[in-house]
Amino acid sequence: MQRIEELISIAPVFEGLASEHLALIARCGHNERVPAGTMLLREGQPAERFFLIRRGSVAVEVHAPGRGTLVIETLHAGDPVGLSWLFAPYRWQFDTRAVEPCELVVFDGACLRGKCEEDHELGYQLMSRFVANVISRFQATRFQLLDVYGHA
Amino acid sequence: MFAGPGPMVPEPFEVVSSRQDTDDTWTLELEACSGQPFVFAPGQFTMLSAAGAGEVPISISGDPDEPERLVHTVRAVGLATEAICAAGPGRRLLVRGPFGEPWPIEQAEGADVVIAAGGIGLAPLRPAILRLLVRRRRYGRLVLLYGARSPDQLLYPGELDAWRSRGLEVWVTVDSAGPEWLGHVGVVTRLVRRARLDGAGSVVMSCGPEVMMRFAVATLRDAGVAEDRIFASMERNMQCAVGRCGHCQLGPTLVCRDGPVYRWREAAPWLMIREV
Repeated sequence: MQRIEELISIAPVFEGLASEHLALIARCGHNERVPAGTMLLREGQPAERFFLIRRGSVAVEVHAPGRGTLVIETLHAGDPVGLSWLFAPYRWQFDTRAVEPCELVVFDGACLRGKCEEDHELGYQLMSRFVANVISRFQATRFQLLDVYGHA
Repeated sequence: MFAGPGPMVPEPFEVVSSRQDTDDTWTLELEACSGQPFVFAPGQFTMLSAAGAGEVPISISGDPDEPERLVHTVRAVGLATEAICAAGPGRRLLVRGPFGEPWPIEQAEGADVVIAAGGIGLAPLRPAILRLLVRRRRYGRLVLLYGARSPDQLLYPGELDAWRSRGLEVWVTVDSAGPEWLGHVGVVTRLVRRARLDGAGSVVMSCGPEVMMRFAVATLRDAGVAEDRIFASMERNMQCAVGRCGHCQLGPTLVCRDGPVYRWREAAPWLMIREV
């Protein structure tokens, strides 16, 4: 069975990290399998942990009164699930649900924030990668807002 | 080139079938009243009209190896297209063409081919897909990246599986969906990373809203695709379709005559000039 640092080292959000940093991060994580339909995160709940998808896909959703549940984005193997653990007030903004059976690495957000406080180089390296992920998704969201197919 | 009375004279065609694809889009199958086959190359378009309702350029979406049927997928967005979409079996429509430069099907032989389609932009690419699949062994990977507004706006959903079974990798995404949709949600550019393309070995054919193509091309360039191997079908106000009237000018070119399929590097500079 692969160790967690090996599993996470190939994910873009952890790619290129020094082995000692991967080992520190891995100490805050464990493997978990969940069946399809499992709610991983719920809007408004404390953002105490986040996930790295190893297999499967996860929907980021919001429930809108009168419109029902809307899927905003789908995440896949290699993607991190959950960003609100990084910054106060540490509360989830959206629901996330496993669309199919998933293999996940589950991280304790407070544990990882603590390690980043102790080792600022780790904090910088981790933050750089998460910001790149956030920018990519932010730009995709702006593109999504254009509703290009609706006004073609 | 034109076997009939000439490119400015419309020929009558009869609607033999009509299918509603989405809330505002129909696919019509037409047969020439003359009984003559309608030979075209993937990527070409016709000028299509319902009598008294005006004439519009519509890409051909049928199988180039079945020239006895002219197929058009039309979105009802104005007087002319609404009249065309309303034409049921037995009704007559008028057709001029085919016109324009086609997709580079032969030039792409030996390469991976990436089809990047958005919304109704899949319609002009359907003839290319069918031609590529008939000649499947001449190409490397065949990859379709297809984005639509929502699951109910996807074109040809019944054909996507059939194409997949014939060797096309089909990646579909929608901008938004309900929880019953198990596929991908997100913009079409997000599919580029998931498809793990060999950018340097790929030829891209793209059609969709212009802003979608700009974003898709930028992502594909980042993935290593050379700009002169990216082709896109452009849309402008085509009226005469033979390069005379100038309404469809794009920089120094005319889309009806020099396009609609352009090498991206030739069209791109003009797309960034707002006055053009």
